[in-house]
Amino acid sequence: MIEIQDVTKVFGSGEGAFRALDEVSVTIRENEFFTLLGPSGCGKTTLLRLIAGFEGPTGGQILLGGEDLSGQPPYRRPVNTVFQSYALFPHMTVAENVGFGIKMLGRPKSEISGTVSEMLELVRMSHLADRQTSQISGGQQQRVALARALAPRPKVLLLDEPLSALDFKLRKEMQLELKRLQSETGITFVFVTHDQEEALTMSDRVAVMSDGEIRQIGTPREIYDHPAERFVADFIGDTNFLKAEMLGREGESARLRLASGQEVHARASEATASSGTVTLAIRPEHADLAPEGEGVLGGTLEDIVYFGTDTHYHVALDGGGERFVLRKQNQPDEDRGYQRGDRVGIRLGRSAGQVLRD
Amino acid sequence: MPDPISSTARTRAALLAPAMAILIFAAAGPLIIVVLYSFLTPGDYGGVVWDFSTDAWFGVLAERDFFTEQLSWADAHLTVFWRSIKLSLLTALLSFIFGFPTAYFIATRPRRSRDIWMLLVMIPFWTNLLIRTFAIMELIRNEGTINTVLIAMGLFTQPVQMLYTEFSLLLGMTYVYLPLMILPIYASMERFDFRLVEAGYDLYATRWQVLRRVILPIVKPGIVAGSILVFVPCLGAYVTPRVLGGGKQLMLGNLIELQFGQLRNWPLGAALSLTLLVIVMVALIFYVRTVGAEERGHG
Repeated sequence: MIEIQDVTKVFGSGEGAFRALDEVSVTIRENEFFTLLGPSGCGKTTLLRLIAGFEGPTGGQILLGGEDLSGQPPYRRPVNTVFQSYALFPHMTVAENVGFGIKMLGRPKSEISGTVSEMLELVRMSHLADRQTSQISGGQQQRVALARALAPRPKVLLLDEPLSALDFKLRKEMQLELKRLQSETGITFVFVTHDQEEALTMSDRVAVMSDGEIRQIGTPREIYDHPAERFVADFIGDTNFLKAEMLGREGESARLRLASGQEVHARASEATASSGTVTLAIRPEHADLAPEGEGVLGGTLEDIVYFGTDTHYHVALDGGGERFVLRKQNQPDEDRGYQRGDRVGIRLGRSAGQVLRD
Repeated sequence: MPDPISSTARTRAALLAPAMAILIFAAAGPLIIVVLYSFLTPGDYGGVVWDFSTDAWFGVLAERDFFTEQLSWADAHLTVFWRSIKLSLLTALLSFIFGFPTAYFIATRPRRSRDIWMLLVMIPFWTNLLIRTFAIMELIRNEGTINTVLIAMGLFTQPVQMLYTEFSLLLGMTYVYLPLMILPIYASMERFDFRLVEAGYDLYATRWQVLRRVILPIVKPGIVAGSILVFVPCLGAYVTPRVLGGGKQLMLGNLIELQFGQLRNWPLGAALSLTLLVIVMVALIFYVRTVGAEERGHG
């Protein structure tokens, strides 16, 4: 659907030049909810603006349905944007805002009013069609912005952190709403966010970006369970990093020796070396506490933090100052009976760890 | 114990006094005198004689034939009215054509350099009107800079007559009042959210459509304010038509001055002044109707 090929974007020139995107390549499929995830300044919004046509790439090209978009102004691209600030037209009513795109496309009046009421229905805003945009709440403005961008039936809908201005509850609601809209309209969504939870809950696939490069592309589960490198493991969720020695690798299954001397199995991509010291990433909920002497690691409980849904156990590992955090879901009225200072062991599941590419 | 309410009332009266004094002595007072004079009879050597007469008001639009006593339209006055309104409208239009792109340009500069650009716009405005008008005169007179260059280039053998024409008035007034157009447009343009332009492009509006359907409607209050600010002083302009029109291209201001000066007809001058005031009021009502109504609508 959208093919982004070796796209580079440099802002400014000479000394002050800033490389926002560095030879980024990615293919976004039809009907996909695709998320660009990364910290601010990673280039995700720049990539979105290049697809929309607000900026031109310094190098590389962007194809939409096999057609090169370079040189096409935004108003000739079958792509619409939901802006972070919504950018609703203040001098128009809700209905006029929604109808703006199709009006500019020169559609007949009857079709415009039909599409407008259909779109307002879709985002459940029909009752406010004649309001001025200044007279509706932030969440409602968000829905109008969505309806306005969907009304011309674009091939691709670009969403630039559209939920960041909403409060927590509304954001949760809109996450589900967006997912519903995407499946109902069948339009490809390209969603930009810095919120890992948003990315994991809504996306079909996620591209994790940093410093103008894509670090990993995969389904939310792949990204979370098997981060390819330290940045991804660190940016998404909480992770324990352990140094380990690679003993051997067969396909994607690696055998490693931990600092404690114990051997464990972990996942490793084909690209990782089959010997030497590597970093192992283990999610806090993929490990379990065990009585002292059992499990593959030993240490002392340093802290127990209660979070309502779960409890975090902070363990200082034996032999060196490394910390290990475990997360266990709480059951009603359950007290596991651990106390600070307890000596404990740590058990790992068979493919709990992921060997990182360094 | 002093009554708190009456003491508040007294304080309010004291605080309002300076403003009221200015209103009475500087605005209402002179206006009453002008109205009064317009209903009196002219004195032989200027001034007025205290005899009630409506002759001055007839004289605004009509004139009595000296011999036959027959009434006819005061063609000379009508010509001046028409010229004043026409040139003022044209000046407002020209100021918009030059001022809008200028304001747009300045509003889209980086924040730091905007003030410098605005300063450059304002510097001529702070310069003495007479000096600026004479500068224009120097440029366009028959032996002036432009004609000298045109003749030296061989484009013309005779100088082009620009001075003492309606063109010279238009040029002079546009130059003089342009900042009054740029300022309010710039003010509304600076508050304009340029992300709306991107939203417009994104929704298939071409550059022209974005200008017409997004930018212009939103900065319209600034444009109307600028047009009024240019139109009103143009109507009563005196110095520019005097210098650049050379007595051939009279405007309302000059006509009024003529009545108080050489023609020694103060009542007619007063009546003409009040006519000018009425035209200005009509323009202001138009402004309130268009912009005021819209802003209330947007809440």
